[in-house]
Amino acid sequence: MNKWIVEVKKLNKYFGKHHVLKDIDFHVSYGEVVAIIGASGSGKSTLLRCLNGLEPIQSGEVIVDGVRVNGREVDLNKLRQSIGMIFQSFNLFPHMTVLNNITLAPQKVKKLPRKEAEELALTLLGKVGLKDKAHMYPSQLSGGQKQRVAIARSLAMNPKVMMFDEPTSALDPETVNDVLDVMKELAEEGMTMIVVTHEMGFAREVSNRIIYLDDGKIVEEGTPEEIFYRPRNPRTREFLSKIISV
Amino acid sequence: MQFDFLALYRAIPALVFGASMTLRVTVLSIILGLLIGLVAGLAKVWPNRILRIIASAYIELVRGTPLLVQIFLVYFGLPALGLNLDPFIAGVIAMGINSGAYVGEIVRGGIDSIALGQMEAARSLGMTWWQAMYYVILPQAFVRILPPLGNEFIALLKDSSLVSTIAIAELTRTGQIIITRTFKSFEIWSGVALFYFAMTYAIARAVKHSEERLRYSE
Ligand SMILES: Nc1ncnc2c1ncn2[C@@H]1O[C@H](COP(=O)(O)OP(=O)(O)O)[C@@H](O)[C@H]1O
Ligand SMILES: [Mg+2]
Repeated sequence: MNKWIVEVKKLNKYFGKHHVLKDIDFHVSYGEVVAIIGASGSGKSTLLRCLNGLEPIQSGEVIVDGVRVNGREVDLNKLRQSIGMIFQSFNLFPHMTVLNNITLAPQKVKKLPRKEAEELALTLLGKVGLKDKAHMYPSQLSGGQKQRVAIARSLAMNPKVMMFDEPTSALDPETVNDVLDVMKELAEEGMTMIVVTHEMGFAREVSNRIIYLDDGKIVEEGTPEEIFYRPRNPRTREFLSKIISV
Repeated sequence: MQFDFLALYRAIPALVFGASMTLRVTVLSIILGLLIGLVAGLAKVWPNRILRIIASAYIELVRGTPLLVQIFLVYFGLPALGLNLDPFIAGVIAMGINSGAYVGEIVRGGIDSIALGQMEAARSLGMTWWQAMYYVILPQAFVRILPPLGNEFIALLKDSSLVSTIAIAELTRTGQIIITRTFKSFEIWSGVALFYFAMTYAIARAVKHSEERLRYSE
């Protein structure tokens, strides 16, 4: 078994001439919760998208669960089953019920029989506290409920690592905690998580490690303790003072 | 001058026959156009660049030339390559190819109108491009495609009058023939127009109806 579930070495990513990620190096161990923080436009979303191959990279290496994401031989469809991805805008399938949103991929990708997929979906809906919403359409749910359905949908593929891209940024304040609670519970169960977030409370309480991204570079990396109370880099200090005073 | 209702009344059976031919040509062209258009539309959003270029070339060529010329090309031009087609077949092929280009653009537009995040969410769950297209994108795109598709069907039905030029006895041609016998131009062309309108109106209603049903189930 590999030591790390995610291993990123000297990753560089360009959009045309725009150098968006610069020599990114980091590892995530099994069961670890890593928070990625940084200003808007610093490359956080792009970094996550490089990890599951939604964006090609220009140089360096990304290895997830022992598989080179940027390798020529990689089966991305297979690899992505073990990487859950939660988007800021939920991206639920609006033409399907909550139940079908969750059962679609297990049925079509993993060839799970319909009945088993539905049982699994209901269990997961119970886990995120939305069992009674199984037959509703996404448009009938609040933002927090949608995001919890999206989490259940991802979990249905039994991923080894879950990535969250600002999962609560699009939510009404009163529903943010429902989503954070589900994420906390996942973390406590030992799920490996990479979370891009502006929720500093969550980063401080739940994560084992925080990575601060600034203009496409990892400027600082450390435990919540280190980042929040003893930031070494002045840029980190500046960022934190801005975000915490908000 | 007065309107000779009796002449129009006498022409009705022939016009009904002509209209049924118009419907047959149109329906078959629509089916062919849908098949071609779906392929062309998918090709235009395909990850493979070569297919995109081929699809674009087809769509641009067809949309940049008159349907009448396309009909002549298939009916009078192909025999030069040793391909003699029955007028009905030639008409359907020309109109189907023509419609396919417009349907292709409509399909592409429908797919493009679905937020990129839908494809990304589906792919992130491990679905292939095809699975994501089939289960996630196309069902949503279809609802948006339906109204412009209805317009295309109506346009095609009206344009089918052009195949009268290759001796298919559809509605327009039937009207011409009756007039050469009766000289009742005004009456017969009024009748022909009415028949066309009845058919396009029926299509418009049918599309509206299925649109509302789809929206209800969304
Ligand atoms: N698809 C794209 N094409 C071109 N530039 C992009 C694209 N996606 C992101 N960028 C640029 O890359 C930089 C990082 O973006 P992003 O990863 O979204 O930042 P963050 O998530 O930290 O706000 C930004 O300057 C953004 O404009
Ligand atoms: Mg972002």
